[in-house]
Amino acid sequence: MAAAAAAGTGGQTLGRSSFSRAASSKTASSSSSPTASGVKLGPNGAAFVSSGIPDLDRILGGGFLLGSVVMVMEDSDAPHHLLLLRAFMSQGVVHKQPLLFAAPMKGPRSFLGALPAPVASSKEDARQRAMAGGAAGDGRASDEGLRIAWQYRKYFGDERNSSAEHRDNKQEFSHDFDLRKPLERHLLNAQHIECLSTQDLDTLHDLQDRCSAFLSKHQRKEGGNLSAGRIAIQSLCAPQCGYFGKDWDMVSFLRSLKAMVRSSNAVAIITFPHTVLSDSFCKRWQHLADTLLSIKAIPDEDKDLAKLLTGYQDMVGFLHVHKVAQTNSQVPVILEASTFSLKLRKRRSLVLERLNQAPVDGSSGPSSGGSGSCSSSTQGSQLDF
Amino acid sequence: MEEYGGGDLLGEAMCAGARVVVVEDCVEAPAAFVLHLLLKRALAAGGGGGAALLALAHPFSHYDRILRKMGCNLSMHRKSERLHFFDLQAFPGGTRGGAIADSLAQLYSAVQRVVETYRAGENAGRLTVMIDDVSLLEVAANGSADDVLDFLHYCVTLTSEMNCLLVVLIHEDIYSSEDGVGLLAHLRYIADLVIKAAPLSTGLAADVHGQLSVVNKGMLIEQRPAKGQKVWNFHFKVKENGADFFYPGSRH
Repeated sequence: MAAAAAAGTGGQTLGRSSFSRAASSKTASSSSSPTASGVKLGPNGAAFVSSGIPDLDRILGGGFLLGSVVMVMEDSDAPHHLLLLRAFMSQGVVHKQPLLFAAPMKGPRSFLGALPAPVASSKEDARQRAMAGGAAGDGRASDEGLRIAWQYRKYFGDERNSSAEHRDNKQEFSHDFDLRKPLERHLLNAQHIECLSTQDLDTLHDLQDRCSAFLSKHQRKEGGNLSAGRIAIQSLCAPQCGYFGKDWDMVSFLRSLKAMVRSSNAVAIITFPHTVLSDSFCKRWQHLADTLLSIKAIPDEDKDLAKLLTGYQDMVGFLHVHKVAQTNSQVPVILEASTFSLKLRKRRSLVLERLNQAPVDGSSGPSSGGSGSCSSSTQGSQLDF
Repeated sequence: MEEYGGGDLLGEAMCAGARVVVVEDCVEAPAAFVLHLLLKRALAAGGGGGAALLALAHPFSHYDRILRKMGCNLSMHRKSERLHFFDLQAFPGGTRGGAIADSLAQLYSAVQRVVETYRAGENAGRLTVMIDDVSLLEVAANGSADDVLDFLHYCVTLTSEMNCLLVVLIHEDIYSSEDGVGLLAHLRYIADLVIKAAPLSTGLAADVHGQLSVVNKGMLIEQRPAKGQKVWNFHFKVKENGADFFYPGSRH
C-alpha cells in the first residue's frame, strides 16, 4: 500500500520532476524492508525518524526515537529553534508522515509556507548537487589539507568510512534542506497536516484532545507497520497563550502527552522559552523531556569568541545536547561532545559541527583564553577541550 | 576505605535498619538505576521479599526490559504476585479536576490491601513499596503538595506497622529554589537513608557517570556496625546489568 501510494505521488509529481527521485527510492526501500518510509530501526528495539538535520541524527545516534518527547529550550533573543522545527516538519512532510503543528500565532498554517524544500528536488538540482557535492567534497578535502595537527581527530579513517556509508542511507532517511527554498505547495495541501493555534486557547484541554486524537491513529502494534506521526509544538509556554501562567496545567499536559507518545509510533517536539518559567518549573519540564536540547544564539560581534573558535563567521548559534532518549536501557548516553555549533553552509543548509578551538600562539595564549571564557560566560564551561 | 572499589559499595553503605529510603537525582545525573537495583534486591531469590511499584514515570515494559537485563524477570514475579505493579501513568485519570485527595486515598487503600494480603500469605521477606517518582505524583495532584505529603505519611506508617521498606525517588533540583522547597524538606526529614546522585563537577565522562552520596540518618551510633559510617561518597558507572560503584580514582 505504501508502495502504491508512493507510486501515485510519484506519478503526480513526475511532471514537475520535483520529487521523483525520493519517491522511487522510497518504493525500493518499502519493497525491500517492512518498515515504512522515513523510519529506521536501531539497536535495542528502537525505531528512529529523522530530525531533518543529518548531523543531528548522527549526534543523537540515529535520529529522534519513536515514542519520545524532544524538548528544545529556546534562546530568548533569537528564533533559531525555528530552524530545528522547520527541518523536523519538512522532513515529515517529505516522508508523508502525518503532522500536527501547534503554535501561538493567528494562522499557524501560514508557518507551513516557511518550510524548506529538500536540496536536489529536480534533475538539474541533482546535477547541481552532484557538482556541489563534488565541490563540497573538494572543499572538505582542501580544508582537511589545510588543517593542522590540533585537529587530528578528523583524520580517523573509520569515521570517514562510516560517514560515507551513512551518506547512502541518508538519501531516503533524511534529506538536506535548502532554507531559502520553500516546500512545494501541493505537498502542504495534503490531508495529513493538522494545524492548531494555541494563542486563543484558555486551557490545554483542546490541545490535549487534538494530540490524543492524532496519536490514537498511530497506536503501537506488535508487528504492525511503522508509520510514524509527528507532533510539533512551538513555544508551548509562550506568554501570548491564553493558558499562560497555569504552570501545573502545562506540566500535567506534558506528562500526559509523554505517556501518550510513549505508547504510539510518534515523536513530539516541543520548543519552549524557558526563561518565562520559574526555575523549579523549568526543571520539571526538563525532567519530563526524553531528549533535551538547548539552542543559544551567538552575539554578532564577539571578537574574543571569534578569535577562539574557527569558522565563527558561519555560525549562527550553539546547540547543546543535555539528554538523549534511551529505550529499554538504564545506561545514559554520554556524548563525546555536547556542544555543537549551528552553521548555515552557503546560507542554506544547516550543519552541526563540533567546536574547533583555534590554536593560540604562546604569548597571547592564556590571556585570550581567559578573556574568551569570561566574555562567553554563557558557554565558557561547555567548551570541552 | 580498605577495599578499593571492591564489592558492592551501595549495599555496604545501606544499613539494614533503614525503613524509608529517599533517592534524589537531578537532570544531569538521573538515579533511576538506583531504583532498579533496589527493586532487584527486593525481589532477589534468596530473600523471598516482594515489591509494590507505583510507576508514574514509565510503563511496565520499560522496567521489565531493564530488569531482565539485570537478571530479574519482572513478568514472572508479577505473575507469582511477588511484584504488584501500579501503572499510574494516567493517574488520576477519568474526570479532569476531580478531587485529588480522594484519588490518593483510593490509591493508598489499594497499596494497603496489597501489603495486607502479602502479610497474610506465607512470605518471609519484606515488602518494598517503591514510588517512581514523587515529583510526578505532585504533578498528578496538580501541585497540591499537602495531599502528596498526606499520602506519603500514610505510606510511612506502613513501614512501621507492616514492616515495609519505602523507597521514593524525587528530583532534587526541582526544589532547589526557595519557593518550592516544601516536599523535599519533608522527605528528607522522614528519611532514614538519603541516596543522592549528582553529576561530576568536571562534567560527565564515559566511565564515570556521576557520584552518589549516601547519608545514614536513622541509625544511632551504638546500632551501627563496626564498619558503618554515616556518610558515604563514591562514584558510579551505570551498566546494562547493574552498576559499578567505586571510590574516586580507584578503578582497576
